[in-house]
Amino acid sequence: MKHVSADGAQVIKIPQEQYDQMVKKASPASTCVKNAIMAFLFGGGICAFGQLLFWAYEQAGLRETDARTAVSITLIGITAVLTALKVFDNIAKVAGAGTIVPITGFANSMVSPAMEFKSEGFVLGMGAKMFVIAGPVLVYGIAASMIYGLIMFIIRMFV
Amino acid sequence: MKRIGRFTLLTENRPYIETFAAVAGKREHEGPLGHEFDYCYDDTTLGEDSWEKSESRLQTEAVQRALQKGGLANEDIHYIFAGDLLNQCISSTFGLRSLQIPFLGQFGACSTMCQTLAMATVFVESGAADRALAVTSSHFCSAERQFRFPLEYGGQRPPTSQWTVTASGAAVVSQWGNTTKLSTAPVETVENYPVISAVTVGRIADLGVKDANNMGAAMAPAAAQTLVDFFSDTKTVPTDYDLILTGDLGQVGTKLLGELLEPYDICLGNLHQDCGNLIFDPKKQDVHAGGSGCGCAASVFCSKILREIQQGVYRNVLFMATGALMSPTSSQQGESIPSIAHLIHVTAQH
Repeated sequence: MKHVSADGAQVIKIPQEQYDQMVKKASPASTCVKNAIMAFLFGGGICAFGQLLFWAYEQAGLRETDARTAVSITLIGITAVLTALKVFDNIAKVAGAGTIVPITGFANSMVSPAMEFKSEGFVLGMGAKMFVIAGPVLVYGIAASMIYGLIMFIIRMFV
Repeated sequence: MKRIGRFTLLTENRPYIETFAAVAGKREHEGPLGHEFDYCYDDTTLGEDSWEKSESRLQTEAVQRALQKGGLANEDIHYIFAGDLLNQCISSTFGLRSLQIPFLGQFGACSTMCQTLAMATVFVESGAADRALAVTSSHFCSAERQFRFPLEYGGQRPPTSQWTVTASGAAVVSQWGNTTKLSTAPVETVENYPVISAVTVGRIADLGVKDANNMGAAMAPAAAQTLVDFFSDTKTVPTDYDLILTGDLGQVGTKLLGELLEPYDICLGNLHQDCGNLIFDPKKQDVHAGGSGCGCAASVFCSKILREIQQGVYRNVLFMATGALMSPTSSQQGESIPSIAHLIHVTAQH
């Protein structure tokens, strides 16, 4: 489809839907099946490893609730170290959602901006930018749990 | 200088590219053009303590090497046109602040190399400058932190995304019969001089692409627009040229450019090459849809292409860098990506 403006110049103009179709056709699709399998393997692996840790901590004499917290702390610690060693992003490139969804993703999203923005100083760089990715998760996570708590509180008044 | 059609300027004094240089990073060194660059830094930091400083260094180095190769002193350059991707173009201003050359900063996103060359050409052609220097740069790490995520963030890049090239390219546009301050310096003699015969400044095009991870798709309409304008102004066809080189459309944009030009009966065929596809090996290097960034077009043009024009491999080249004119703010606000493409026509003069 050719368009010509008033002064005779040709204008590349096609309907947006038509161009969207062309773009879709020209763009290689994400490898969904492979990504899903990798996410399942890595995500499952991390969770299985967490379960092993949990048993180990219980064996060591921690109470169930303390053992759970200790598992989270350990996974966060390992991720932080792997991120600092510049290894984590290479694993995550393959694992995708497998490393983002568990608590490892959260830890990486705090440590990586902290490292990146250190060049802007400890206050306005590292301190402020540390939450640039994880911030929304915290905001909406805390807000959702408050609403959930409020609902539970109201229900408990009657039940 | 003569205007033909609505968009194209033909030069009459035939300003030529006297000297040029390109420097690049590690991944570019490992790519198919690794041996073409004047120097490659296998340490991506270039020994600096911030990525912004590393990118500034790239520009300093590219300019100094270009001057050195041409036997030129800073005073021989009347104006420098420079730009990059970082906010307020700090790679250019910080990298070039010690040169004491009158400076005009340019922003055209990844189209900046053609924009600066076009400005340099117009200044030299008009007699405002004996020599004007055009330089741009980009750095993967400084671009990532500004436009995307921290380097160590564990995300997956979509297959349409492009890899910002760590490189800088500089070229000196010159009038014939110039003398230099350093007349004793060795100047390489070449068989052919790359003459800039025409300049077409692009119009902003936007077909509504919003995905900042698919810049090839956003920029293809601008590339098609500028080519249509140039061919209709000059009444020429693609086969009149031996190479039509686009900046960084990548694999997706290259495909779309061909499709967009079909209704205009313009078939680029094998004449078309894209710097984003040339600079990396898509099979071996994990760069998804190809290279991008100001440094992509700049480093490919200011190394392999200009050298091959000097050697007579190409005699008639259209070089068109394309730019996606969005910012992180506009993308977050859900705006589409306006794009631009500027074209320069380079001919070899014996």
